[in-house]
Amino acid sequence: MKRRTGKADLQQAPVTFAKGVDERFQASTPLRALLNKVFPDHWSFLLGEIALFSFIILLLTGVFLTLFFDPSMSETAYEGAYPALRGTEMSQAYASSLHLSFEVRGGLFMRQMHHWAALLFMASIVVHMLRIFFTGAYRKPREANWVIGMALFLLGFLAGFTGYSLPDDGLSGTGLRIASAIMLSIPVVGTWISASIFGGEFPGHLIIGRFYIAHVLLIPGGLLALISVHLGLVFKQKHTQWPGPMRTNTNVVGERMFPRYALKQGGFFMAVFGTVALLAGLFQINPIWLFGPYRASEVSSASQPDWYVMFMDGLVRLMPNWQIYIGDYSLPPLFWPAVVGLGFFTTAPMAWPWLEARKTGDKRIHNLLERPRDNPERVGIGSMAVTFFIWATISGGNDVIADKFHISLNAMTWAGRIGLIVLPALAYFIAVRVCLGLQQHDREVLAHGVETGIIRRLPNGQFVEVHQPLGPVDEHGHPVPIEYGGWVVPKKMNRVGALAPAVKGFFFPVEKPSEAPVSPGMPPVSGDTREEITSGRK
Amino acid sequence: MTSDTPARRRLRVFSRRRGAPSRARRRIGAAVRMLAALALAGGVYTAFAPGAFADEPKQLSATALEGKQLYDNSCITCHGRDGQGVEDRGPSLIGVGSAAVEFQVGTGRMPMVRQEAQAEQKKPVFDKNQTKQLGQYIQELGGGPQLPSGELVENLDENPEAIARGGELFRVNCTSCHGFGGGGGALSSGKFAPALHDATPEEIYAAMLSGPQNMPVFGDNQLTPEEKREIITYITLQLQEDKDPGGLFNLGRYGPSTEGVAIFLVGITLLVFTSLWIAGKS
Repeated sequence: MKRRTGKADLQQAPVTFAKGVDERFQASTPLRALLNKVFPDHWSFLLGEIALFSFIILLLTGVFLTLFFDPSMSETAYEGAYPALRGTEMSQAYASSLHLSFEVRGGLFMRQMHHWAALLFMASIVVHMLRIFFTGAYRKPREANWVIGMALFLLGFLAGFTGYSLPDDGLSGTGLRIASAIMLSIPVVGTWISASIFGGEFPGHLIIGRFYIAHVLLIPGGLLALISVHLGLVFKQKHTQWPGPMRTNTNVVGERMFPRYALKQGGFFMAVFGTVALLAGLFQINPIWLFGPYRASEVSSASQPDWYVMFMDGLVRLMPNWQIYIGDYSLPPLFWPAVVGLGFFTTAPMAWPWLEARKTGDKRIHNLLERPRDNPERVGIGSMAVTFFIWATISGGNDVIADKFHISLNAMTWAGRIGLIVLPALAYFIAVRVCLGLQQHDREVLAHGVETGIIRRLPNGQFVEVHQPLGPVDEHGHPVPIEYGGWVVPKKMNRVGALAPAVKGFFFPVEKPSEAPVSPGMPPVSGDTREEITSGRK
Repeated sequence: MTSDTPARRRLRVFSRRRGAPSRARRRIGAAVRMLAALALAGGVYTAFAPGAFADEPKQLSATALEGKQLYDNSCITCHGRDGQGVEDRGPSLIGVGSAAVEFQVGTGRMPMVRQEAQAEQKKPVFDKNQTKQLGQYIQELGGGPQLPSGELVENLDENPEAIARGGELFRVNCTSCHGFGGGGGALSSGKFAPALHDATPEEIYAAMLSGPQNMPVFGDNQLTPEEKREIITYITLQLQEDKDPGGLFNLGRYGPSTEGVAIFLVGITLLVFTSLWIAGKS
């Protein structure tokens, strides 16, 4: 019998509270479904989360920055703390960015965190996208999420560019000048587009204000909406998983959302936050005070866009000077890489899931991922795209590379042009061959067993290596071939239990090491019945 | 006529009216006039025209003589005798001045290792004293710009605006090649603008005066000596002696390209390992 005291029973408090909430909002049924939702666990599924978490960091730091930033292009003479610019005429936007960097407590750290988080956001989007592509996670039913992901990259691209332009320093002004040139290169409508965005001739006095509202409201709003749909679809369609024991196309094997998955995600958010803070504290980024206020006559060498725009910059640098004249009109060479190239490479991949399905005639639903090696064609095409992107990005920084590695800039440009055509083809070939080779090796191990490293000499003098079959053997002692299950085939003796499962350094699991993984469909070899393999000499 | 006295007869030598002179006399007269004209022309020429070896008699100072010795050992192959230059090998040094020598030799760019797009900076072959001697020799040989004596860096206590003005001038005149952070940059065909991280005030001043390698000359009518000092103030007190606001590493200040490398090498790498670690805990 409960002893009644004057004060409320603390142990019962959460229960009564939750009961009260449920009676009022009927939350327990949907919440139970949510908290019990199962997520498959693999390190590569965490890459997209880096993007999500850096977006949260961007929102937090961005709010801080808006408290001090003044998006005005009215001229002022700088009288702040930084002596090397004192007395210089500059826009209010640049002056307030300097104030934010030098006089606001923690302001520079916040600015650097914001910029590093932006770079990390885009980098993790790309890395996440590569994981999705190479494992075939975009296949039916997840095509829409692939398209949304691409759109997120595009929006991030715009967010990055507008943010890069806001401080109104020499580098951002140069970037804006290039953007206006790109707009002007569009036939017929170019001049109107540029004039309407800049409010007249470049640079005008409106652009910072307009970019500001795009950067702090419109684009983040769009990003937030798309991210919600992106995650909502992952919830609705459930996460893909790797094939493996017990894992089928119709189930999800993993951890419940609460408590383990949520705790891990919380920890991972802290890790992302810590990494961004570490970068911001250790590495200087975008030292705007060195660029000076924007003046059209001052363009520094090594004026580059941030890395995710650099591929376009590279394509522009590599484009030969082919000016096309049509009557009285001309089509500048800038149009092809900057408008056609950028437009094509950021939107055409959206159609990929349907293109692939059409080519293979595969209309089934795929919830199981494919190991990259099992689809050499896809890996080849992906490698082509990645090589193209990387090579164009490298060409975007070709002046820095030429200078630091003592290569002629002209040689860099020609290597860029030739490489852009030759290297993707080469990458396709190599990737396909590597995939086929890996497939071949998997099949070989499944058919013949694992190499033991033990050499046996036969009576006729011949030497053979003893193989440990992965499955049962027939009456002659030859292994019965095993079907490939789409997952890792053990290829070393310690992976099939010849040694205790290796526990390696930093990554060692909290719990007892699980049984050695084996090919799906085959139960693990139990310790007692295992026969020792010897060289035959007793 | 009664005036045919011997005295008048002497005068007659110059008189043309007095009947036709004999043939012999005409010839002698012509020869004498010819000689006189030649002597006059020769004399005027000798008096006003510079001699072929005008500088030869001028004595080189003792320092310059030492310099000449070094020059004749190490420089003459490409720059020729008396700094006249050798075609396709080395330019003439007449008129480059000691500023050029002190920059090129003092930073180790000269003597060059080989003919290439641009001489590389390396460990100087000659010490400070020898460089001075070489500079003196070239200066006395053909004149040219010289480093001014006195302080080349403005005193910020007396002239606090110098650093901001220098920054402005630096951005207008220098960043298009040397970069906003003075990290250097590429030019065409293997040429480059070097980094300014270890450039001394003297070197910067001499470079602006003499326009070494592919750098244009910033003469005193383009950038006054005061403006040059302000630029040097900005480079040495702001860019080199940087307080590095914003981190332990400035990533070389090559702009967004190194930042892009850093986000993958540091950010993505760290986080991929973190995700391996977190996913391993199950």
